[in-house]
Amino acid sequence: MMRCKFIGIMALALVAATGSARAADRLVVGFSQIGSESGWRAAETKVAKMEAEKRGIELKISDAQQKEENQIKAVRSFIAQGVDAIFIAPVVATGWEAVLKEAKDAKIPVILLDRGIDVKDEGLYLTVVRSDAVYEGQVAGEWLAKAATGACNIVELQGTVGASVAIDRKKGFEKIVSETPRLKIVRTQSGDFTRAKGKEVMESFIKAENGGKTICAMYAHNDDMAIGGIQAIKAAGLKPGKDILVVSIDGVPDIFKAMADGEANASVELTPDMAGPAFDALLAFKANGTVPPKWIKTTTRLYQPDTAKAEYERRKDLY
Amino acid sequence: MTRRFLPLLTTTGVFVAGYLLCMAEFHNFATARVACNLLTDNAYLGITAVGMTFVILSGGIDLSVGSVIAFTTVFLAIAIGPLRIPPLMAFLIALAIGAAFGAAMGAVIHALGIPPFIVTLAGMFLARGASFLLSTESVPITHPLYAMLNDLSLPISGGRLGLIAIVMLLVFLAGGILAHRTRFGANVFALGGNPASARLMGVPVGRTLILIYMLSGGLAALSGIVFSLYTSAGYSLAATGTELDAIAAVVIGGVLLTGGYGYVFGSFVGILIQGLIQTFITFDGTLSSWWTKIAVGALLFSFIGVQRLFQVFWSGSGDVDTA
Repeated sequence: MMRCKFIGIMALALVAATGSARAADRLVVGFSQIGSESGWRAAETKVAKMEAEKRGIELKISDAQQKEENQIKAVRSFIAQGVDAIFIAPVVATGWEAVLKEAKDAKIPVILLDRGIDVKDEGLYLTVVRSDAVYEGQVAGEWLAKAATGACNIVELQGTVGASVAIDRKKGFEKIVSETPRLKIVRTQSGDFTRAKGKEVMESFIKAENGGKTICAMYAHNDDMAIGGIQAIKAAGLKPGKDILVVSIDGVPDIFKAMADGEANASVELTPDMAGPAFDALLAFKANGTVPPKWIKTTTRLYQPDTAKAEYERRKDLY
Repeated sequence: MTRRFLPLLTTTGVFVAGYLLCMAEFHNFATARVACNLLTDNAYLGITAVGMTFVILSGGIDLSVGSVIAFTTVFLAIAIGPLRIPPLMAFLIALAIGAAFGAAMGAVIHALGIPPFIVTLAGMFLARGASFLLSTESVPITHPLYAMLNDLSLPISGGRLGLIAIVMLLVFLAGGILAHRTRFGANVFALGGNPASARLMGVPVGRTLILIYMLSGGLAALSGIVFSLYTSAGYSLAATGTELDAIAAVVIGGVLLTGGYGYVFGSFVGILIQGLIQTFITFDGTLSSWWTKIAVGALLFSFIGVQRLFQVFWSGSGDVDTA
């Protein structure tokens, strides 16, 4: 008993010492991140930290290890801490109603990053910051329409079947192709967003298309599949980037390396900077109550070989 | 007497010290809200841990509970959603499935003499696989009863003790009485202490074993109901690894992994310690969440070490640990 009391007194003394030292005027944001399953995800977390520092915001990050229950726990814990805002990159779309209601009751604004959720009442969150995947496909298509001068047979490596990103990136690209009679998608198949599957599917495309001679361009829904596809093109004795044009989406470091080596032609970036626009929206909301649009679209940029080397250097430590 | 309580006291001491440390570190930790969250957020784990306590007390192990939770959530989502079964009815069916599943595993363990580790490992794959069969995607539960049950709570000075936390506390209470005050409880301890002498003492080994795993399966299903309330959804990937968290909580709580010694209350403190570590890490906000696992691992090691020391020191002292 004596010892317990002693610890208690010590603890209280510590509370008094540290409690007052805390700066009260800094904005505190809790960020419930899905995990660190991919390079892009890790980059998103790193950029969020950098962007918070830039604006003098204290960012508390909780990695949910891909588990929704951990995310809910983290959000509830952020509410208990009385943070000024909560960012969530939701691992699944369902099951957010109760905890978001709690945040709303505590008057803590919630901003979703990178993915949307299914809730009946959209007022439960302030806004969602994510890219426009249809537009990404469109940008890739527009680049190809300019780059390919004559008639062009395109092969397409799709993402995972049913994934909303894959559906949207296909839709945007197809829109441009249908508007440009010179362009034609001759083969399309899923490469599951992975390098290995991308390579495999591209190998079969090359076999089917007269050893690749009749293919003018390859469009991949992500960079990883494009890198796999490039390997398949090289293995078939063709030159990727020259004999077959290569365009893909995401902007991971390796595709910039490929572009610098002349093996890829263009990549549409899915920016890992989701937190930056979210911070700006939050600051405006806190300062004068400006309600942001329900969907803040991140900027979509096309990168080409001319800047590839510099971009690779800039990114290689981020991912 | 004090000797018998020593592991429990150590655990409780660690928890209290940890809580004070957190209060010292974070200025807004000492609120009813944080305490209520600790109970509400770990409700599903706590309920499973009660079942696990019985299983481990009897010298067994149940690896299937996490999968049973996932199965229950998906089952409920589909039963209440597309099948339009009234929620309370669906709860009862889920509990019955969980209990029957557990009882079947208990029967196999007893009848075929296969180690519980193997049987429940098979059960783990079966239940997880079955939930994928029902749905691979997360299915939302939108029944109004869910919103109502989620709103039910006991307000405690700024905090809200949710319904699921209350359910967990009741389960712990009932579990404590069942383990320490009934014939069945005494049988469980006897079985864990020494199965051969338990049989000689007239303990109905088969029946007790089946009942233990039935209890664990039933509580896992209850935990699944609580989990589905917590997330308002059914997801076949839910609660992966919960069985291991529950085992960790039970062992940290001072229950001997070989069986025969421990308290249900210890498991309660065990889940609180795990929850506390998690809360500390979110409050800190700069540490990687994986430190939770590292801290729990370190705690497990030290507690098992301490238990072993106690055993060595007391062996032959005549103080038989049958609680």
